[in-house]
Amino acid sequence: MKVVILGCGRVGATIAATMAREGHEITIIDRNPDSFRRLANDFDGKKIIGNGLSEETLQKADVEHADAFVAVTNGDNRNIMSVQLAKVRFKVPKVVARIYDPIRSSAYANMGIDTICTTCVGAGVIHDKILGKPYSAVEEYCQFGLDDKVLEAGND
Amino acid sequence: MTRKTPMYVIIVGGGKVGYHLSKALTREGHEVLIIEKDRKTAESLIGEFGETIMYGDGCEIRTMTEAGMGRANVVVAVTGDDEDNLVICQMAKSKFGVPRTIARVNDPKNEELFQQLGIDQTVSSTRIIFNLLEQQIETGQVIPLAALKKGEIEVVEADITTTSPAMGMKIGQLDLPANALIISVIRDGHAIIPHADTKLRAGDSVITMIKAEREKELRAIFTGEEQE
Repeated sequence: MKVVILGCGRVGATIAATMAREGHEITIIDRNPDSFRRLANDFDGKKIIGNGLSEETLQKADVEHADAFVAVTNGDNRNIMSVQLAKVRFKVPKVVARIYDPIRSSAYANMGIDTICTTCVGAGVIHDKILGKPYSAVEEYCQFGLDDKVLEAGND
Repeated sequence: MTRKTPMYVIIVGGGKVGYHLSKALTREGHEVLIIEKDRKTAESLIGEFGETIMYGDGCEIRTMTEAGMGRANVVVAVTGDDEDNLVICQMAKSKFGVPRTIARVNDPKNEELFQQLGIDQTVSSTRIIFNLLEQQIETGQVIPLAALKKGEIEVVEADITTTSPAMGMKIGQLDLPANALIISVIRDGHAIIPHADTKLRAGDSVITMIKAEREKELRAIFTGEEQE
């Protein structure tokens, strides 16, 4: 698979290194070249320095030929905007955005964007671990702790 | 102008744009609320605007709910970050059903994307200023006034001077490029609808509709400049 990853933080670097080792063709983008130090020494993918919200950078990363685009920067809104850019402008078939804010994550999931709310997933897994409960599916964890009242906010 | 029904307008971003917009809308009788996420900026605005300033992150559902976004007629996102403006407008629409969302676009390249993503209107100050400057520095006294059909057709204005080849000629005698149409001649501050016998004088401004790629030929006729 040809995968482009935006954001070389801990999560981005881990996905990049693992998938490269599995034989996938990986390109990783970060605006700060220092971030690439997190990549494993044997990482043989492409590294691109640039702003993931600019079409030029995504073009440089050859996003238009990617099978998947993953946005894991520290900014929820950056991730949301860049996956929409990849999806709408570059027609990438599979896009995934990591979103910390549970509400934003579920709102964009409803709009048809694949989102992972690591806040909810982390909280849910810890919750089940403490109580000794069997683990659930990621989709269920993505809803963990979400209050219906909050979800329906604005309809009052 | 007739007075319109007052609207409830939520402005996200209390910078210069948000500040002046809020003042203008309030003056026109609309109800305005500014959401600002920087505490210092918010506090300095509260001194002037009082309760119409809310301190909070306009991307957070809690802030949006508290601001009464459900009853807003318009949400305007004018922060300095395009990604924030996009998310504010998309959330306002999908979560609160706000009928009209307007986003400021800091990078003019994002305008088309934002429109594709459902934002009702975009405003790019960079593009507006650029267009104005471009018109000012346009050489050869042929000034583009408007672009139609995505720039394929242009409406241009050319000043006739004493050195113009067209000076003293009748419109019917001009060797105009194909598909060029003279719409009007501005003479002594009045617009006249010209005909084939209208004679061009120095000081006239000629408004012409033309295919963009033939503008240079037109320039040669009206101003006498060599074609590149």
